[in-house]
Amino acid sequence: MSTTASAATEAAASDRAGASRRQGTFYRGDPGMWSWVLHRITGVLTFFFLFVHVLDTALVRVSPDTYNEVIETYKTPIVNLLEVGLVGAVLFHALNGIRVMLVDFWEKGPKFQKPMLWTILAIWVVVMIPGAFFMMKRTVEVMFGGH
Amino acid sequence: MSELALERPRAPKRAAARRSNFELYSWLFMRISGLALIVLVLGHLFIMNILDGGVHRINWGFVAGRWASPFWQFWDLSMLWLAEIHGGNGLRTIIDDYARKDSTRFWLKIVLYVSMVLILAVGTMVIFTFDPGISAN
Repeated sequence: MSTTASAATEAAASDRAGASRRQGTFYRGDPGMWSWVLHRITGVLTFFFLFVHVLDTALVRVSPDTYNEVIETYKTPIVNLLEVGLVGAVLFHALNGIRVMLVDFWEKGPKFQKPMLWTILAIWVVVMIPGAFFMMKRTVEVMFGGH
Repeated sequence: MSELALERPRAPKRAAARRSNFELYSWLFMRISGLALIVLVLGHLFIMNILDGGVHRINWGFVAGRWASPFWQFWDLSMLWLAEIHGGNGLRTIIDDYARKDSTRFWLKIVLYVSMVLILAVGTMVIFTFDPGISAN
C-alpha cells in the first residue's frame, strides 16, 4: 500500500520535474509521440486524397476529354505543389511504418526507436530534395515561359 | 491517487467469452499490407510524378496504354484494395480513439464503411471494364 502511494507521488513529482520526465518511462512529450501524431495525420491526409483520386481516375470511363480536362488541373503550379506535399506525407508514413514494424518485431527495436526516427527523417530529407526538384521542374519551366 | 493512474486498466469491457481476435488480425493486417504498399505506392508515385516528365505526360491515352497490360491492372487493383482497407482500418482506429459519444462513433463508422465500399466498387469496376475503344467515338 505505502509502496504504491510513494511510487505514485514519485511519478507525479517527476512529471512536474519537466526534463527529468523524459528520462523515465513516460511516452508523452517524447519524439516517439510526435512521430505517432505525424503518422496519424499523414495517414488521414492520404486516405482523403485516395478518395478523390479514385473518383477522378474513374472519369476515364466517362470520356477521354473529361478525364484530360480534370488531369490538367494536376499540372497547375498549386496542385503540383500539393502533390509534392502528398509525396512527402506518404514517404514519411512509409518510412515511419518501417520504423514501427522494427519496434514491433525486432528485439532491439524499442531501444533504438529514437535513433531510428532521426534516421528516417534524414532519409526523408535526402529523398525529398531531388524528389521535389524533379516533380516541380517542368511546372516551373512552363511558369516562366519555357517549353 | 495520481492523475496518471488508470482505473482498472485491464478490466474487459465485454464478457471474455465474446471477445474475438479481430483486433489482433487488424494489427497484423496493417503491417503486412503496409509492407506491400511501400512497394506498390512508392513505385506508383515515382512512376507517375517523377519518371519521364512526371505528371505532365499523363492523359487519357497514357492511362489506356498502361491498363492494356495485365501487370499494371493487377498492380493498381492490389494497390486500390490494400490502400483502401489499410486506410479505412486506420481511420476506424482514429474514430474509436476520439469519438466521445457512442452515437457519433456509430455514424462516423457508417460514413467510413459506405465510403470504402463506394471507392472499392468504383475503382474495381473502372479497372476491369475500362474500354480503350471509347476514344474512337
